[in-house]
Amino acid sequence: MRVPPGVTPKDFSDAIEQWQEALGHEWVFTSDEDVDLYRDSYSPFWHEDIEPVPSSAVAPADVEQVVAAVKIANTYKIPLWTISTGKNLGYGGSAPLLGGSVVLDLKRMDRILEVNDKNHYALVEPGVSYFDLYRYIQDQGLKVWIDVPDPGWGSLIGNALDRGGGYTPLRDHFDAHCGMEVVLADGEIVRTGMGALPGSHTWQQYRYGFGPYVDGMFSQGNFGVVTKMGFWLLPEPEGFKSGTVAVRRHDDLVPLVETLNYLMNSNLVQGTTTIGSPLLASGAVRSATGGGAALVATPGGPSVEELEEIGRDQNLPYWNCQMNFYGPPKVVEAEWECAKEKYSKISGATFVEGPTYQLPYDPKDVDKLPKRQFGIPSLTIFGLMGRSEGHMWFSPIIPMTGEAVFEAQRVFGQAYHDMGVPAINQIFVFPSSFFPRSFVILCGFPIYHDVEKNRRSREVFRGLVKAAAEHGWGEYRTHTAFMDTVSDVYSFNNHALRHFHETIKDAVDPNGILSPGRCGVWPKGLRKAHA
Amino acid sequence: MRTRWLVAMSMFFAVSTPAAPDQAQVERGHTVYDKWCFPCHGTGPGKPGTDSLRQRGQNPAVLEERTDLNASMIRFYVRHGVLFMPTFRKTEISDADLDAIAAYLTRNNKK
Repeated sequence: MRVPPGVTPKDFSDAIEQWQEALGHEWVFTSDEDVDLYRDSYSPFWHEDIEPVPSSAVAPADVEQVVAAVKIANTYKIPLWTISTGKNLGYGGSAPLLGGSVVLDLKRMDRILEVNDKNHYALVEPGVSYFDLYRYIQDQGLKVWIDVPDPGWGSLIGNALDRGGGYTPLRDHFDAHCGMEVVLADGEIVRTGMGALPGSHTWQQYRYGFGPYVDGMFSQGNFGVVTKMGFWLLPEPEGFKSGTVAVRRHDDLVPLVETLNYLMNSNLVQGTTTIGSPLLASGAVRSATGGGAALVATPGGPSVEELEEIGRDQNLPYWNCQMNFYGPPKVVEAEWECAKEKYSKISGATFVEGPTYQLPYDPKDVDKLPKRQFGIPSLTIFGLMGRSEGHMWFSPIIPMTGEAVFEAQRVFGQAYHDMGVPAINQIFVFPSSFFPRSFVILCGFPIYHDVEKNRRSREVFRGLVKAAAEHGWGEYRTHTAFMDTVSDVYSFNNHALRHFHETIKDAVDPNGILSPGRCGVWPKGLRKAHA
Repeated sequence: MRTRWLVAMSMFFAVSTPAAPDQAQVERGHTVYDKWCFPCHGTGPGKPGTDSLRQRGQNPAVLEERTDLNASMIRFYVRHGVLFMPTFRKTEISDADLDAIAAYLTRNNKK
């Protein structure tokens, strides 16, 4: 049996016995066969000794068992790594950052405690997946929509705490939460917002309660174990419409994004929009650039003028943007007309009108619908994986301007070039508005059961983090393998924010048992080793 | 990785004598399959497991339609994963549920 770092075999054995008594033998996993199921299926460390492998796993069924499990860990100073459904593949999956940690697996806590389709919210436990909540709403005939990230098997709570995004107007998942229940390192149960008021009926309706608002501390953090969380849901819309605007010239991206900002920030266009490029994605350009990642402006590649010429010859717009509208059919038609009017100021802009859906939809038609925009969970995204054995995401936030996209093209193209890596080896996706008022660029790195390829990918990943930071761009979220790397670049005023996080960590978790190292926050005893 | 494939393939070709499937077990397996396997391995568009198997020449590519699966092979893939399919933990699919999935997916095998 593996033993956590800094813990004696005798103490660990005693803790295991106590967990077995508190949770049941069946839910304390210690054999290699069982514990290996908690390794990161998409690990960038496959077949390397440095892969962080857990020592064991414990799976409580309710908040009382979470309290018991945490208190035992605190007594013996055993590091726990909390997971909800463990499906944030590409960001570490179910594996800890610190090898030897005990995984606190909350998957068994899978109760949907309330769904309200009059005030439009849900209250769930961490083991509830998007599929679970969607099926429940369908079965009960409730008039609300959820928002889903690309893979639907993840946890609402886990994804929101990792600050994931989706596609509908409630796409910023942490922003859509309302109220939490949290178990602290000493086993105390805290409810945030209106949940702190006994007998409150507004825990999922008013976020802030009274006094300092602390919910953010538990996102991308390690200050507590979230055991319940409320989410605002979208009232089932009466209609949905999409439409696409396309512009011909490279520099048209600037007014395209400026107009998009106006439309989105005025709530006339809702949900995630993605900037695309029919020209750069075309076979003509792919053959000119030698492959896939044409958005990256690699030194020595075709010039803007040459690309625009291909666009003119092939009748391909340089940029386009699909917009979504949710609401009564009359309203979405008017919003589309408004968008067209605004974009018509860009010379040569063209429009493709998408269908207008009258809702509610018939569940029999679900495979014909744009699932992500309708909050219908699926695993379709994995169809992009090809023959790779996993992936990890490089995902910097950049300003939502055309100029910033051009700069990102140049900087990342140069970075690939300087590192001697062809950009076409990466899966490159165009800038998206997963979060309000900024773009995120998602760049997928394939993972293989090949030590050298993965080492090289890690090196390139770190190079891109550095290149991004030098231009004022930072990752919104990252794989456990790079949490220190990314934390290091958020360094304003000599890492003042990290020092503040550490001060809180030392106060609320003095034994450093909760998810050590998560997002660069290490407990006092491990801080020096990871500086 | 190569080792995983060799083990899997040896299971694939292993001679096994399946016991007659218990109907209640098959029905339970169908329910568990629908929850955990169908979103990737089912019918219809956007099923990456089905699409991946089809691209590699598997016919039929939908697991429910196959008659050549055996329980060892099913257990192996669920607990070890393959390509982009991750492992599934016992808090997700218990050993008993996995047995039920195996009963469901082997229900039409020739005896």
